Amino acid sequence: MLLLTRKADFSAAHFYWNPAWSEAENLRVFGRCANRQGHGHNYTLEVTVAGEVDPVTGFVVDLKQLKDILESEVVSVFDHRHLNHEVPEFMPTAAAPLVPTTENLAIAIWRRLEGKVPHARLHRVRVYEMPDLFADCFGEGVA
Amino acid sequence: MSRPHVHLSRRYHFSASHRLHADALSPERNREVFGKCNNPFGHGHNYVVQVTFAGPIDPATGMVLDLAALDSFAQTNLLAPFDHANLNTLPAFLDTVPTTENLCREVWRIFTEFPHATLRLVHIEETGNNAFDYAGEAVPTTGN
Repeated sequence: MLLLTRKADFSAAHFYWNPAWSEAENLRVFGRCANRQGHGHNYTLEVTVAGEVDPVTGFVVDLKQLKDILESEVVSVFDHRHLNHEVPEFMPTAAAPLVPTTENLAIAIWRRLEGKVPHARLHRVRVYEMPDLFADCFGEGVA
Repeated sequence: MSRPHVHLSRRYHFSASHRLHADALSPERNREVFGKCNNPFGHGHNYVVQVTFAGPIDPATGMVLDLAALDSFAQTNLLAPFDHANLNTLPAFLDTVPTTENLCREVWRIFTEFPHATLRLVHIEETGNNAFDYAGEAVPTTGN
């Protein structure tokens, strides 16, 4: 088994807000992140897949294909968007809207990619909100 | 809904000096074992400490832990004592060589006291070319 990691970047705006709470409670818990005008980050996404090396091609996955999947499933949806207003998982119209934290971005991206990469298993989705803060999602199951 | 398995990692930076020297060894043996790290007046590094926590995501906040609480904890318990300090003078290293291995164990001890999430991994970069991972009794993964 071999692990292969591909990176992609996107820039997006967001804010943290729980509609079930008062404004004071949102400000207390989320601080500056609760500014409803939003703020933004340059995110870095690292997607790691696990698989066996194909004896003919020497690939676990075709990197170009993986790049295209990251582009179509994630970057084209997230890049230069406001997560709370334009990305379905985080919008008020979602059945259970997620607060667009780094943790929830990792989960949402995992769910978008799971089962989409041919010949390999999704192993880890890492999202850097900034170089000193990141979240890893290893899939659904035991926490 | 199933429970996603998520880790949150935060990196902290501090600069400190140290000297690798074991009192149990002769001066010659210290020089042999520790080389230039045994130079008598010490030397220093820009350390990067990366701590990884696991825990259920609070559905109300979308967070494994309150980052402001973790930063405040790190400021008090890691950065205040360690930044711009001589590691050999700190209580943890009075009788223990301040290698990055031992620093990992001390940082692990410090952050296991953080009450709001479960510490999973300590990853310390002593220089851009040296990194160490420690997970207490568990087998560590690599922090990169």
